Amino acid sequence: MGEQVNRWPARLHVVTGKGGTGKTSVAAALALGLAAGGKRTLLVEVEGRQGIAQLFETEPLPYKELRIAQVAGGGEVRALAVDPEEALLEYLDMFYHLGAAGRALRKVGAIDFATTIAPGLRDVLLTGKVKEATTRSQDGKRAYDAVVLDAPPTGRIGRFLNVTAETAKLAKVGPIKTQSDSVAALLRSPISSVHVVTLLEEMPVQETLDAIAELTALRIPVGRIILNATRPALVTSGRVTKAELKRGLAEAGLPSDPATVTGLATEVKAHLTRQELEETLRAELSETGYPLVELPLLPRGVDQAGLDELAAALMRA
Amino acid sequence: MTASDRLDIDGLLADPATRIVVCCGAGGVGKTTTAAAIGVRAAEVHGRRTVVLTIDPARRLAQSMGLSELDNTPRQVKGIDAENGGELHAMMLDMKRTFDEVVQQHTTPQRAAEIFANPFYQAMSSTFAGTQEYMAMEKLGQLRATDEWDLIVVDTPPSRSALDFLDAPARLSRFLDGRMLRMLLAPARTGGRSMFSLVTASFGLFSRTVQKVLGAQLLTDLSGFVAALDSMFGGFRQRADETYRILQDPQTAFLLVAAPERDAVREAAYFAERLVAERMPLAGLVLNRMHRSEVPGLPADRSEAAAGALDATGDHKLTADALRIHANLVRQTEREQKVAATFTDAFPAVPAVSVTAQPADVHDVDGLRTIGALLA
Repeated sequence: MGEQVNRWPARLHVVTGKGGTGKTSVAAALALGLAAGGKRTLLVEVEGRQGIAQLFETEPLPYKELRIAQVAGGGEVRALAVDPEEALLEYLDMFYHLGAAGRALRKVGAIDFATTIAPGLRDVLLTGKVKEATTRSQDGKRAYDAVVLDAPPTGRIGRFLNVTAETAKLAKVGPIKTQSDSVAALLRSPISSVHVVTLLEEMPVQETLDAIAELTALRIPVGRIILNATRPALVTSGRVTKAELKRGLAEAGLPSDPATVTGLATEVKAHLTRQELEETLRAELSETGYPLVELPLLPRGVDQAGLDELAAALMRA
Repeated sequence: MTASDRLDIDGLLADPATRIVVCCGAGGVGKTTTAAAIGVRAAEVHGRRTVVLTIDPARRLAQSMGLSELDNTPRQVKGIDAENGGELHAMMLDMKRTFDEVVQQHTTPQRAAEIFANPFYQAMSSTFAGTQEYMAMEKLGQLRATDEWDLIVVDTPPSRSALDFLDAPARLSRFLDGRMLRMLLAPARTGGRSMFSLVTASFGLFSRTVQKVLGAQLLTDLSGFVAALDSMFGGFRQRADETYRILQDPQTAFLLVAAPERDAVREAAYFAERLVAERMPLAGLVLNRMHRSEVPGLPADRSEAAAGALDATGDHKLTADALRIHANLVRQTEREQKVAATFTDAFPAVPAVSVTAQPADVHDVDGLRTIGALLA
């Protein structure tokens, strides 16, 4: 980007937010933005929703790092949908060289069983894979300049990231314990950062504040609060009276009958109520002390051009 | 929206044959608010003794109904007009406690104590994927069994996917029925003292791997847990099947709840397909947070052009602002209609109703009453 200061210093960006706030779009836009200038980034999802494939309108993603976007200047974004079963097999293979035996385990349902009965184990496998990609080297260079994780929503993020506590309940020693300890250390280091996406609506803001409190208590570093789908304030001064509207409409050559005037006045009033509420919520978020990043509402929905617009806005912020 | 009939919520709530209303949909679409508003309307307008089962309500909404903690018992909601003889009660699901109750019902006190102390039970009862959904179903079954309520309104859990709700009972049965569990249980069932002696003989690879990866203590805990679960096996299965049948019964009405966003509507469409495939009674679609222009005759482009013209003259800045607000609103309305149409075009036979977006969030009974009136 040619900037002196790297405004997104972490290498692992964990993006969470309440359902419906657009966290997948924001995560994708961040991966695109960070790939600018010839960088390579990885966008990861872990919930089996295939949200990335839907967003980029591609076939469902396999458990493989595939390129989903090229960025001007030679950068590229790869995407990965982590599947807990595949991650467990890979893990077993890496540490125990199971090969065909691993596939046999899957056949009898052992993998399904293990990841079902111990959800903490599943989360260690998912975050473990993310850690592996973040720290992987190829030919003496890091495989990815940045990894962006489309993480579970705010309601589950603390438990998801607090892998050590969850697995400690089940495994006191052994390789799973070692694995979860190393993930925990990475998540608490300056290499990683959790960003919370919200809308300027009451419930998402409340969940954002709750999630920040929870992450802070877990000593997991919070990066930025990303306000998605914001609209510019439209009434800047004064009170809009019906008399003014009537004169203004007439001046503009529009119908100025009572129904139109009253209707417009109602719309303005609702807009102002909304705007005041948004201001209150914005102030509540500011009080956390974390930097706020505002992204515009995309009138046509999130398409490729929209993602590029969000990416640019994130990199400017 | 022209493709579908209008959903008649009042007709549904007034019908004494309607005993259960299930609100389902993606997270963040206003399911809980819809469920609560339906509860208020059923109690006040239709005089029904109603209970709303909520799963994870926003704090202020919960407070508006007098719920301050998870206590698993319906509490009467204050401020409800009782003129028509109705009552509204509400409760928040306590997942862990509901699971504990199920265990207690199906086993001896001593066995139950062993199960509660097992770390796997603790992990599973609070975090097992689908436990919340399964326990919501369990609680619904309990409420239905008492026959104390004219109407039960259920708010489904905020799953990553709305479909989890339907799948949870089946997933739990499949889990309990799974080959893996059978294998681990084989020695217990044959009275073997060390369950892994047999497993080791018949399936050494698995146990060696598990031992290596997880360690021995974990295996002991796990074997204790599966043996305990086995004693409740039939009960679990039976209850899941019973609840499933209640859901298929015509006394139940499923309401899909969506907001006019692409993902939420797509989720509603998946769910509609599933309900049809499973022969579940789908009553209709509730489209929350739809915007509406008060001056529908004034198109966005014309409004915006006029705002520009007023800017140029320098007068009437406020009118110009108002016209821009109007133009944005009209465009938003058009966008929302288009998104909503993707559902109504695909399911023309499913009745739908739109609820106009409120400028501020709802967190009192008055607000719920307003939403109820908009729904009906």
